[in-house]
Amino acid sequence: MTATSDRDQLDALVARAHDNRVNLDFETEGMTLNIGPQHPATHGTLRIVARLDGEEVVSAEPVPGYMHRGYEKLTEVRSYPQINTLINRIDWLGSFANEVPFILAAEKLMGVEAPPRAQFIRTILFEMSRIANISLFIGDYGLQLGGMTAGFYAFRDREHVLNQIEAATGGRFHPNFDRIGGLKDDLPKGWIADTHAAMDKLLAFCDEMDALLMGNEIFQSRTRGIGVIPADIALSYGLSGANLRASGVDWDIRRDACPPGMAYDEVDWTVWTHPDGDCYGRTWVRLQETREAAKIVKQLLDKIPGGPVMAKVPRIIKVPEGEAYVETENPLGAMGYYVVSKGDLVPFRVKIRSASFNNISVLPWVARGAYVPDLVSILGSLYFILGDIDR
Amino acid sequence: MSPLSSADTTTDAPAEDDVEVEVEVDERRQAILDELTSRLGDGVVDSHIRPGDDLWVRVERPRWRDTGAELKAMGFAFFDFLSAIDWMPSPYGRDMDAQEDRVVAGEAPPDPAPVEQGYAGGDTRFQVIAHVIDVERSLGVHLKVDLLDDELSVDTWSDLYLGANWHEREAMEMFGITFLGHPNPVKLYLPHDFQGFPLRKDFPLLARRVRPWPGIVDVEPMPGSDSDDGEDE
Amino acid sequence: MTLVLAAFDPPYWLETLVKVLVISVVVPTTALILGMVFLFKVMSWMQSRLGPQEAGPRGTLQLLADGVKFLQKEDIAPAGADRVIFKMAPLVVLMSTLLLYVALPASLHLVVADLDVGIFYVLAVSSVSVLGVLMAGWASANKYALVGGLRAAGQLIAYELPMVLAVIGVVIQAGTLSLNGIVLAQADGSIFGWDGIGFPYILTQFVGFAIFLAAVQAELTQPPFDMPVAESEIVSGYQVEYTGFRFLIFFLAEFATAFAFAGIAAVLFLGGWAVPWLDASSDWYYVLGPIVLFAKVMLVAFIIFWVRFTYPRFREDQLQSFAWKVLIPLALVNLVVTAVLKVVV
Repeated sequence: MTATSDRDQLDALVARAHDNRVNLDFETEGMTLNIGPQHPATHGTLRIVARLDGEEVVSAEPVPGYMHRGYEKLTEVRSYPQINTLINRIDWLGSFANEVPFILAAEKLMGVEAPPRAQFIRTILFEMSRIANISLFIGDYGLQLGGMTAGFYAFRDREHVLNQIEAATGGRFHPNFDRIGGLKDDLPKGWIADTHAAMDKLLAFCDEMDALLMGNEIFQSRTRGIGVIPADIALSYGLSGANLRASGVDWDIRRDACPPGMAYDEVDWTVWTHPDGDCYGRTWVRLQETREAAKIVKQLLDKIPGGPVMAKVPRIIKVPEGEAYVETENPLGAMGYYVVSKGDLVPFRVKIRSASFNNISVLPWVARGAYVPDLVSILGSLYFILGDIDR
Repeated sequence: MSPLSSADTTTDAPAEDDVEVEVEVDERRQAILDELTSRLGDGVVDSHIRPGDDLWVRVERPRWRDTGAELKAMGFAFFDFLSAIDWMPSPYGRDMDAQEDRVVAGEAPPDPAPVEQGYAGGDTRFQVIAHVIDVERSLGVHLKVDLLDDELSVDTWSDLYLGANWHEREAMEMFGITFLGHPNPVKLYLPHDFQGFPLRKDFPLLARRVRPWPGIVDVEPMPGSDSDDGEDE
Repeated sequence: MTLVLAAFDPPYWLETLVKVLVISVVVPTTALILGMVFLFKVMSWMQSRLGPQEAGPRGTLQLLADGVKFLQKEDIAPAGADRVIFKMAPLVVLMSTLLLYVALPASLHLVVADLDVGIFYVLAVSSVSVLGVLMAGWASANKYALVGGLRAAGQLIAYELPMVLAVIGVVIQAGTLSLNGIVLAQADGSIFGWDGIGFPYILTQFVGFAIFLAAVQAELTQPPFDMPVAESEIVSGYQVEYTGFRFLIFFLAEFATAFAFAGIAAVLFLGGWAVPWLDASSDWYYVLGPIVLFAKVMLVAFIIFWVRFTYPRFREDQLQSFAWKVLIPLALVNLVVTAVLKVVV
């Protein structure tokens, strides 16, 4: 190891120093540490090659690709309903949310609009997937920083949301419920009342996390001022979602550039931003977003119109020629699908713009000069899902 | 929907009867297109606007970097994505993979279908496409650029838009495109000794074509170092 | 214990053998009990889950099953490890723990060695574990282990000082270093003339108690001071290359030390094995003493583990600055105030 050479170098330096007021530059050899791919802090198989100088990070470079499944190549040989099943698994925690931009892009090319009831339910499930995703994030962030109890509370309260998603769609994790032109099925009886109750429990959970985690002094000292990303850097890297809003940029696709097919103009809600751009800001914005999502769901539940849940679409879906890009405000950030169609059963090319890909590319920039524990803190606050980075 | 031909300003397609106004002009996007054209001059080769929806602009290859700089100056600060499209129809057919790979099995490949580009036209097989957004005005622009068939290269955007770094690395390894001036042209997803460019249409999807086992492979070297250090982590 | 055994007048070697046996039985038992109660049941209750339920009635024998599992694992050492030091490191840590129990009194006569410098001995011996941790971190030939070991060295040394300073306050009040002497001083003392509950030093040394508990938390490398074994960063730190029996030794040492330190805290601040209304030299204490001490240890351990499960962990530099800039000045002030008040009042 390096200890012997350090001592020799130090002896040489001491011998060369003429008086005590000479600044001794401690020449320590850096250490290269592989964080991952198997590691509790990285949500999945992400490898980070960190060059350390003691506890300080000189450079941290993520090496993704351990979970690359070749989605974009696969979409060239799969029909649109089959792709719907596949893309559920990109961001597997908020899985309904993955389907939505793709379905909206296909609907745009086909010129089909989902009936209002389907649009409402689609938005409700979209927001519920956001809640499911981010509530896990908050608990898991506490877990990574050492407050393991927060993680358990998150899993416990997330179950309420997952139960509701399962009641409606049949799948807790991979609902595969969205269809071009509407939804697969209508809601079961009693779902609306149960979901109201689930949202109330979620709001209580958010308050609990506020007290347990956000107000904790140690949590604040681990996250305030750590990993500050200024707004222009955030925009240049393409950070999206809570990461961007925590740097002070007031942009939310749901409000500013919402694609047709969602029901956001029927509800009253706020977009939260935070001026600091540090880990605490990102966590705080996400917590507020979870509350807002619960409120949106409650408002929408009271307003669901009647009617069919599926528009008139042919049984075999052939999307006309054209290109369409639809981006939505997914739980992890801005997710978009660029669909190029040549009029077949199968798209010609689908480019998947996943949020975590851009979110993690900022890591080399933000990790310079941080400590190793801060690296965990920053990674946790940027929040990624491996499936989203690697596709 | 909108025809593939590159209409720049008004959609004068007569079949669009279900639009409220007969001739819809998207003024905001038209204004962006006009400003970009005035900044780049004849660097803008072609464009396409889908009113109320999106804007596509195709630029000349030598002006690709200037395009990025001008867009940044115009306020498009949010970098969305950068990728490439291979317009050649797949010689293996685009049916589900349950169908046998006939070309692999020894049949002659069918006559290649003509290469037809999409919105804002195109002349070559490969096109790089990028999307940037102005968060103040909530508008986005798709940029397309043709790549020469015998020299797949274009300037890098990674110093203008920092996020382009990873997107260009992915396009490099998936399509074989060189981004001139990229600071770290190392493979992103694929192993360092992977052969072929997966997202090209003539790269078969399935491992039905069995590759010979390469034998004992060395430990993956650290990014940035040529030889493998044999890290024992 | 010497007094008890004196009734039988055994030769020296037999007496030592009995004492060794007692410690080697007590130490794993306490570790087991503490681990079972707190690590499984209390932790699960706080995290709103059930915990282990299968092994034994309602999962009470889980640790025993874990112990057997550890024992039957393959004994491997990493290829580049320094074998001798690698194998010795857990034993050094365990030795420090065993030596701690030598001075812990369960009653006036139920102590393995009633040392006159009891608390001094305890503090000195508890520092030996730092050596074991450093040995483990170095000899594992693993960067995570090295990082963990270095962090541990810095942390454990830094938090020795607040512990010592907190203890000195008690020593000043009691006037003796002997652990049994401190218990007797508390049992015989009185608060403003009322001797209903004796004089547990927590009433005046509450600052010292808080500092002592914080320092104990750090000495045990438990959250919020668990940087050396930060699970989500360096995956067990200096213990990462240890499996099977050797890991069991680390585990045992950690929980046994927790029990021992909780016992020391109970002795110093809560009155030890004595109960207020029973005279200290009564014969009841042969049975009651251990029970009372056990109850007080459970109370202190509950606080330690409660903090463990709730708080996130400090970063290393925050940890150090907490020790040097907050705890030590506080402890010094406490010391000065105690000394002044002892003379004045």
